[in-house]
Amino acid sequence: MRFIFKLSYDQDIRLAKHSGHVFWYGLLLMSLLLAPWVLPAYWSTLITLTMIYGIVGLGLMLLSGFTGLFSIGHAAFMGVGAYMQAVLTSMGWPFPIALLCSMAVSALVGAVVGLPALRVRGIYLAIATLAFAFIVQEVLVRWESITGGNRGLAVGMIDLFGWKTSSPTVFYYVCLILTILATLGVLNLLRSATGRAFVAIRDSEISAQSMGVNLARYKTLSFAVSAALAGLGGALSAHMLRFISPDQFGIVQSIDLLLIVIIGGLGSVHGAFFGAIFLIATPQAISLAKDFLPSALGQTVGLQSLVYGLILIAFVLFEPMGIYGRWVKIRTWFELAPLYRKGLFKRQKSFQKTERLK
Amino acid sequence: MSTGNLLSVQNLSVRFGGLAAVSNVSFDVRRGEVFTLIGPNGAGKTTVLNLISRIYQPTSGDIHFDGHCLTAMKPDAVAGLGIARTFQNIELFEQATVLQNLLIGRHTRSHGNFWQHLLFTPSVWEDERAAREKVEEIIDFLDLQHYRDTVIAGLPYGVRKVVELGRALCVEPKLLLLDEPSSGLNTEETNDMAFWIDDIRDDLGIPILMVEHDMALVSRVSDRVLAMNHGEVVALGSPAEVKAHPDVIEAYLGKSQDVSTLRRRRP
Ligand SMILES: Nc1ncnc2c1ncn2[C@@H]1O[C@H](COP(=O)(O)OP(=O)(O)OP(=O)(O)O)[C@@H](O)[C@H]1O
Ligand SMILES: [Mg+2]
Repeated sequence: MRFIFKLSYDQDIRLAKHSGHVFWYGLLLMSLLLAPWVLPAYWSTLITLTMIYGIVGLGLMLLSGFTGLFSIGHAAFMGVGAYMQAVLTSMGWPFPIALLCSMAVSALVGAVVGLPALRVRGIYLAIATLAFAFIVQEVLVRWESITGGNRGLAVGMIDLFGWKTSSPTVFYYVCLILTILATLGVLNLLRSATGRAFVAIRDSEISAQSMGVNLARYKTLSFAVSAALAGLGGALSAHMLRFISPDQFGIVQSIDLLLIVIIGGLGSVHGAFFGAIFLIATPQAISLAKDFLPSALGQTVGLQSLVYGLILIAFVLFEPMGIYGRWVKIRTWFELAPLYRKGLFKRQKSFQKTERLK
Repeated sequence: MSTGNLLSVQNLSVRFGGLAAVSNVSFDVRRGEVFTLIGPNGAGKTTVLNLISRIYQPTSGDIHFDGHCLTAMKPDAVAGLGIARTFQNIELFEQATVLQNLLIGRHTRSHGNFWQHLLFTPSVWEDERAAREKVEEIIDFLDLQHYRDTVIAGLPYGVRKVVELGRALCVEPKLLLLDEPSSGLNTEETNDMAFWIDDIRDDLGIPILMVEHDMALVSRVSDRVLAMNHGEVVALGSPAEVKAHPDVIEAYLGKSQDVSTLRRRRP
């Protein structure tokens, strides 16, 4: 069991709260740095993909998990980022600059899509984002002169100011660096006034407002940052797959992204990455398991969707805090070993506020 | 401390459909006083607070605060001017800790733009430290040390009320609006609340405009009392004067005499 003595306020402000954090995250970083050298290439590809989805998940987590605004069209922002990146790099722009531009354009689109959020919430906002996603997909299909329509678009290799490389290892490290930067950026926002304003909006708009939070400004900001991260993920996935087409950024992709944040655990940064790991690892696990299942079941089409669906339902019913919630419980169990009691995480329902002002 | 009017409400009215929730209400809140609105359920007291904090748009009338006209402002700008409030039904950030809730009270006092927050520059760091120092002052003031890292969702009602008061104090307001600070509290907690209200006025020098049903508390802490009924002003004066006013007694009881036992139960 760890006792933390707080001697200065800095301890609460710092990202690594105690030596345990430094140790474990250091270890994680070391493993990720070594991974391409020790793991088979296929595994590094999976990790790269996980990092990319982690970045997008982080963006959606900021919007849905921390600001309480749900988007079921988030893949469209990935699409905007991916196509911007494809077009700009094909025009010979260096990779980093194209990347920044793609993020900026996604952010701008995000801010515009966020406008309905200033008026509507919940399911209505979700529908507005869905409608937007359909529009984006339609534009990608129709604007053939630029997007290549349904035939899709080939994406070049990454060009770091003249140094062109298609090495998966370099790409792995590029993704690793960007993942770390994105995570640090989000963590910084969350520990500053901006992040607190997001959380305030999520929990009670009315009192956020009366504490001086400008709802329009922060909702738009949350949408923009979230879309920028989705755009970043989209641009990276374009380079990874070397080919993009409109159907990659459709409703199915959007739902996968929602799965990331819900299964990972709404309202936690860890959750975005747990969710991404889940999203990438489950199909692998299912295809491994297929060999052991009776062929009638193993060869059924739609087995994967079925398993996803069941897992999602199980989480919503039994662990609304997602994988992160489970993780916290297991960790607490180990920390408290003999003292853990069952009701520790029970939500108290002693008082429920009324909805009168809403 | 300078005297004079800090807040002045003139001929304020609001209608919800056919219902005149507040009609033609005028009053002033002076610097350094506790001003209390009383009245039976549905009298329009909360509505007056909501009009001042600009959650509702008045149908007519003016609200002036510290040289600014509030009627043309957005709710978040009102907080920026230094008006902080609590809610009748407690509006805390449920999934956050007490500390995080109080820190949100510092929102209007925080500096730095989005990019500085993103990079967490040294000035932001300094800002966070300063915010924390102020929050710790309030925690000490309200004896909340024990609950600092507890999530609101797990706190008893009485503590939530205190946290909400603390969050409003973290704004370092020039005027504090309290909507029924003692409702749902037991006798001991109500007693604490009375001491805090006194201290907020006398030690922190923050004037208070509050809505309250507990007449014992009202008489104990208020400098002036305004009684309302059906959205209209019934009486204005010292607690004793208002309590003895025949119209006030009639508003509460129809006829009878004693208003001191009228306490609200937990919502
Ligand atoms: N948003 C609204 N829309 C419609 N009617 C409203 C609204 N807010 C308040 N009212 C009505 O205005 C009247 C005054 O309500 P208000 O909440 O101000 O009463 P109150 O004096 O605070 O009463 P209580 O002691 O019960 O808190 C009530 O009849 C109420 O139903
Ligand atoms: Mg009321």
